[in-house]
Amino acid sequence: MSGALGAYRSAALGIAWRSLHNVFTNPALLIPALIFPLFFLAAFAGGLSAVSDTPGFSYPPGYTTFIFGFVLLQASALGGVFTGFSIAADFQFGMGRRMLLATRNRTSIIVGYVLTAIVRVLVTWAVVTVVALLAGMNVGGGAAEIAALYALSLTVNTIALLFAAGIGLRLRTLQAGPLMQFPIFMVLFITPVYVPQALLAGWVATVADVNPLTLILNTNRELLAGIPAELALTYGVALGMLALLAAWAVTGMRSAEAAG
Amino acid sequence: MSAAAATLGRSPLPTQVGSLAGRSVLRTLRQPAMIVPSIAFPLFLLAVNSAGLEAATNIPGFPTDSYLTFILAFPFIQGALFATMNSGQALAEDIENGFFNRLALTPMRGSALIAGQLGGLVAIGLIQATVYLSVGLIAGGELAAGVLGVPVLFALSILIAIGFGGIGMFMAIRSGSGETVQGTFPLLFVLLFFSSISLPRNLIAEDWFRTVATINPVSYLIEGIRSLFVSGWDGEALALAFGIALALIVLSISVASHSLRNRLVRT
Repeated sequence: MSGALGAYRSAALGIAWRSLHNVFTNPALLIPALIFPLFFLAAFAGGLSAVSDTPGFSYPPGYTTFIFGFVLLQASALGGVFTGFSIAADFQFGMGRRMLLATRNRTSIIVGYVLTAIVRVLVTWAVVTVVALLAGMNVGGGAAEIAALYALSLTVNTIALLFAAGIGLRLRTLQAGPLMQFPIFMVLFITPVYVPQALLAGWVATVADVNPLTLILNTNRELLAGIPAELALTYGVALGMLALLAAWAVTGMRSAEAAG
Repeated sequence: MSAAAATLGRSPLPTQVGSLAGRSVLRTLRQPAMIVPSIAFPLFLLAVNSAGLEAATNIPGFPTDSYLTFILAFPFIQGALFATMNSGQALAEDIENGFFNRLALTPMRGSALIAGQLGGLVAIGLIQATVYLSVGLIAGGELAAGVLGVPVLFALSILIAIGFGGIGMFMAIRSGSGETVQGTFPLLFVLLFFSSISLPRNLIAEDWFRTVATINPVSYLIEGIRSLFVSGWDGEALALAFGIALALIVLSISVASHSLRNRLVRT
């Protein structure tokens, strides 16, 4: 039993190590994941801070912190998607087939990519958080709230990775990239990105009400500000999505196995 | 030698341009993957931003009470940026698959190649502008300049698309790689977001951002298009926008032509 567990762990770690080596030795893979969140942080916090003067906008830590809540969510989700690109590339160019041959339990391959996505996003968070603090972000939450914030973001990262993995494993081509990226991008932007949910208007307000990422984004902002948050509900929704998308990724792996 | 290349070999410049423009237009229209994202993506962001930032119209001094009307310039400029990628991608494919080398063996002039490629760009630019304007007005946006503003809006948006398209062609000719052209796209996106696209420059609160938006020429392109929707006929905004668009065309086509001469020599 321990031998099987050891083999599983060894396979997952080996796959993660290989993927991370590829990412951290190739600037073309590493830099976009770092640049995009910084770009959105600068563009939104810099260009739209006047929006915080509108009637009904109340967020004590300030607009940079308000936008950081979104940027953290976006960086976490896109970090997972970028790792999904690696899965598609590996299965397109034959590496995936070799991994299928070399592993006894194929879910270890998915776990390997989950570990890759986590390490990648940790680096992105470090850079984005330091830049946001240097840019004047105020944090009202204590250590427990910040730990809960990053744990929630880690869940989002894994959710996005599993979604992208399900697509990458079914289609096994880099041409599936837009199918991984565009839905995530759309769901991210149909949330209260620029203003609190109460100030949203039109169809976005209606869709944002039922978008689970709205709940996660609101919780991110409440944790950053040190405001009481609906933690149990948010984690419940996030873990539910995680379970659903884990099943999506595992069935995707079966599809890849069936294709040989 | 292909039929098109054979025709080019014994024809005057307008015929050469016509042949290559026809090919460029047909190739663009036959590839939904080139047209659909460049229309759908700007419309998606238009829909999201117009609803998400409607509260911004409550900022004192905001020039209109409809954020949709204010942000309608966004898809026109974003569509022009897509033109950069489309024109560059098409030319890079010609270089990568050897069509460009075959053309170089004919007496085709470099100017015909550039003008022909721009034909496809104008076609897609017209489709984009028609869709953006129609959707914007149906959704409740206003065109303060009225019906006479439509041809001015189309002319300006096509000039902007040609200007950015020239940059895409330059990148394609210089690199000969579609991947490089694709990689340039996010950099141009930065110009769009660090501009007065979301708020008027006088309402941008952060000094550093207002300074960047003021020196960013894309702000003036946006403000020219926006003036037709928001204020009607603003001579200064339109003159600046047309001037910058024409300067962009001269600059980008000049560098593209120069690179083309170098590539033809190498070929």
